[in-house]
Amino acid sequence: MTKTVLTVDDSRTMRDMLLLALVEAGYRVIQAVDGVDGLETLSAEGADVVITDINMPRLDGFGFIEGVRADPKHRATPVLVLTTESDAAKKQRARDAGATGWIVKPFDPVKLVDAVRRVAA
Amino acid sequence: MTDAADPFEAIKVTFFQECDELLGDLETGLLAIEAGSADDETINAVFRAVHSVKGGAGAFGLEDLVRFAHVFETLLDELRAGRKPCDPPTVKALLRASDVLADHVSAARGQAAPVDEARSAALVAELEALTHGGAAPAAIADVLALPEADEFGFRPVAFDFSTLAAPEPAAASGWRVTFRPHARMYAKANETALLLRELSRLGPVEVALDASALPDLAELVAEEAYLTWTLDLAAVVDEASVREAFDFVEADCDLTVEALSDAPAATDAPDSAPDLDIAALLARATAEAPVIESAPPVVEVAPVVPVAAPTAAATPAPAAQAAVTIRVDLDRVDRLINVVGELVIQQAMLAQRVIESGLARSSGISVGLEDLELLTREIQDSVMAIRAQPVKSVFQRMPRLVREVGEMTGKRVRLLTEGEATEVDKTVVERLAEPITHMIRNAIDHGLEMPEDRLAAGKSGEGTVRLAALHRSGRIVIEISDDGRGINRERVRGIAVSRGLIVEDAVLTDDEIDNLIFLPGFSTADAISDISGRGVGMDVVRKSIQALGGRISIASVPGKGSTFTLSLPLTLAVLDGMVVSAADQTLVAPLTAIVESLTPRPGDVHYVGGHDAVILFREQFTPLIDVGMVMGFRDAALTPSDGVAVIVETESGARAALLFDAIQGQRQVVIKSLETNYRQVEGVAAATILGDGRVALILDVDAIVANARRRSARPELKLAS
Amino acid sequence: MSDIVPTAAAAARELIAFRIGRQEFCVDIMSVREIRGWTPATPLPRAPGYMKGVINLRGAVLPIVDLGARLGLSTSEPTARHVIMVAHIGGRTVGLLVDAVSDIIQLTEDAVQPTPDVASDQVRTFVKGIFAVDGRMISLLELEWIVPESEAEAA
Repeated sequence: MTKTVLTVDDSRTMRDMLLLALVEAGYRVIQAVDGVDGLETLSAEGADVVITDINMPRLDGFGFIEGVRADPKHRATPVLVLTTESDAAKKQRARDAGATGWIVKPFDPVKLVDAVRRVAA
Repeated sequence: MTDAADPFEAIKVTFFQECDELLGDLETGLLAIEAGSADDETINAVFRAVHSVKGGAGAFGLEDLVRFAHVFETLLDELRAGRKPCDPPTVKALLRASDVLADHVSAARGQAAPVDEARSAALVAELEALTHGGAAPAAIADVLALPEADEFGFRPVAFDFSTLAAPEPAAASGWRVTFRPHARMYAKANETALLLRELSRLGPVEVALDASALPDLAELVAEEAYLTWTLDLAAVVDEASVREAFDFVEADCDLTVEALSDAPAATDAPDSAPDLDIAALLARATAEAPVIESAPPVVEVAPVVPVAAPTAAATPAPAAQAAVTIRVDLDRVDRLINVVGELVIQQAMLAQRVIESGLARSSGISVGLEDLELLTREIQDSVMAIRAQPVKSVFQRMPRLVREVGEMTGKRVRLLTEGEATEVDKTVVERLAEPITHMIRNAIDHGLEMPEDRLAAGKSGEGTVRLAALHRSGRIVIEISDDGRGINRERVRGIAVSRGLIVEDAVLTDDEIDNLIFLPGFSTADAISDISGRGVGMDVVRKSIQALGGRISIASVPGKGSTFTLSLPLTLAVLDGMVVSAADQTLVAPLTAIVESLTPRPGDVHYVGGHDAVILFREQFTPLIDVGMVMGFRDAALTPSDGVAVIVETESGARAALLFDAIQGQRQVVIKSLETNYRQVEGVAAATILGDGRVALILDVDAIVANARRRSARPELKLAS
Repeated sequence: MSDIVPTAAAAARELIAFRIGRQEFCVDIMSVREIRGWTPATPLPRAPGYMKGVINLRGAVLPIVDLGARLGLSTSEPTARHVIMVAHIGGRTVGLLVDAVSDIIQLTEDAVQPTPDVASDQVRTFVKGIFAVDGRMISLLELEWIVPESEAEAA
């Protein structure tokens, strides 16, 4: 069955890029523009894997992940963090918030799809 | 346009569109900070804007842009963290940096000349100096060196879909992996089974499970982890590849990876399904994983963003609030607008036919037609709204202009903008940029005085230029005002005389003198400086405004400043008009110009010099213009009391009475260009098609009034042109 | 109408012939979009005499040139029997008022003779050449300058 990936990013360019790479790899993609929108979309539509940016208006990636983990329905949904920040502190914060894994921007579509495949049940 | 078949190019187009928005947000944010609102959210928004530009630029391998954005972002990150203050010098530097960032974006887009390297490098140095707290700025050479992965957090990688193929594993022997997950691993939605699946992609895996630590069922804590896995991988790969399978969970498990000395070297790496019973493993692993009420499959038919198959996805699904907005080719909208225009005409024709047929107003057909008219109106308004855009996109370009012109002229300028959200037709918005740019340059260059002169005149050293947009009676009004010296009437008059535009002894009102600057031939290279010049005079500005169906006027007070007022239609497609007749011809007068209409009594009309008629209106003698005569539709003047006088006001505020035979009524009409197939006709703004299917001309009230004034032999005002 | 014989001759053109008074003219058939009956036009202010005004052609504003007047021939007020040839001239669509459309002719360039000196200047401006068909003399018109570009030119 086709797996659904929710991408949460305030940048239209990034959303389009993720969409392109993921659709090419056979995933269904739904999109949200910030953390709040991400939580709403996830609860309304569900997703097999979530990819989120960190720097976003309204609710940033950390808050978003915490929100996902706090929801019993999505506690087990893998969340990949997508950000240009590869520095250890940010990664650690994302992990503490409950991120399953990460993708370093600018992402290589192969690595992106690979990361999604790895965490998708 | 881009090749729509290449989705990557389409995303690049999106990226540059987004850059425009981000640069706008950036400037807005920085100006807010400059104005004193340096709150966290504003600084964050500014950071995000630069960050997003950098992120996208990295994806497209736009290295110059990435480098500059990175230095910029680094300083913003310091501000965001509160490690550096948002003091005025810093904000000034950030504003300049935003200009250079915009230059980098334009250059990357291929729309502008390459970036001024010296300026860019100087700003990089300045930003670095600010970031490192006054320390000597890093050598330019260091700054411009190609960044290492760690220095920038990432290295630009061009996004290339052709690389979507499995990487080749490196050669090695077998490995034994001992893996003991911690409970927190599961809390992050990592699963042992998936890790095993990942490992088994590298080669055959033999799995041994040590469940000795597993307590009795009664004591089992769901959130705890008790199992240790021993995984023997027979694959020719290096250790890093093995560890990579676990890199997401490294910190949440005990993991050892040892080389298997006695493992038979696997000769063929599996490229098909690994011989591992995933199902069995899954069963065991999930037995251990915390009990989770598995979410039921989503069955509700929620509106989802449909994602087309890759082949069909020529253009990636649109963007911001994917479900709320769609991007539509402008041609399609315009086609729709045209068809709706035809619908309006057809509806009006039908209504007229029904009236002519003598059907009662209360008949079913008449009532149905009225509903149809309402619906048609509504469709038309809705369609027009599609093309409406806020003037923000034009206003946003002005702060930079003001900074630059201010710097060049040595004047201190503050720009105030109002009404950025005012909406107007897209074409109007686009074509406003140039005239507004020119007038703002003018306001600073000619209008504002040098700081010392201002102080001497008892004003603040800093001049103010105000740019405002508002809706006024169905039109959009743009005002550009300055608090400078005002129009130097003596000089303007002198120039006009020397250029032969007026005779030397012409008696002109202040208003007439001010408006001389719009005459063709008034502005020439030596009359205007390099800054406001650029070969464009106010006559060209006026022409471009007129081409949009707009008017421009000026009001000036010596020593206090000048205000230019542009008045434009909200849309270029429809107009509210008064349908009138003159000498058997049906004409349309724009309602916006009309003050009121009256039937002249014989005693109201007087003749100046024997033939120029004037009518007393609100205690003022107002020129009475026989439209049938001036349009050449008849040779003998209409007796005023046999007709209707429509009092009009021009954009410059001049009043006149237009004499028609009769008023037929008010109606919204679709504007049709005469120029498409013919040419501009003096006194005629455009044409339209009325209910009877015939063409009616829309009057250019200003031109008719101006023309009549010019023709009436006023010996004191002789315009040479 | 004479028979239209498909011919392989490369230089052959199809022309549409029409009458103004007792004279016959023709233009390239490719520039004519449609032919329709006369409908009253809305006059334009201060337009030259040969500009009859504008009419509504399916939502577009179409200027009507009285071709006879433009060529300096004597003309009478148009009636319902007159026709408008809708022509495409230099990116514009223009209606040409003529008395009647008479023929469709095939012509090779070498059959065209230069305009004789007896013609008036106005005619010579627009007539590229003349030729004979079945004993009739037909003038080949160049439409390019039929509609004036500017008001100055029109005045």
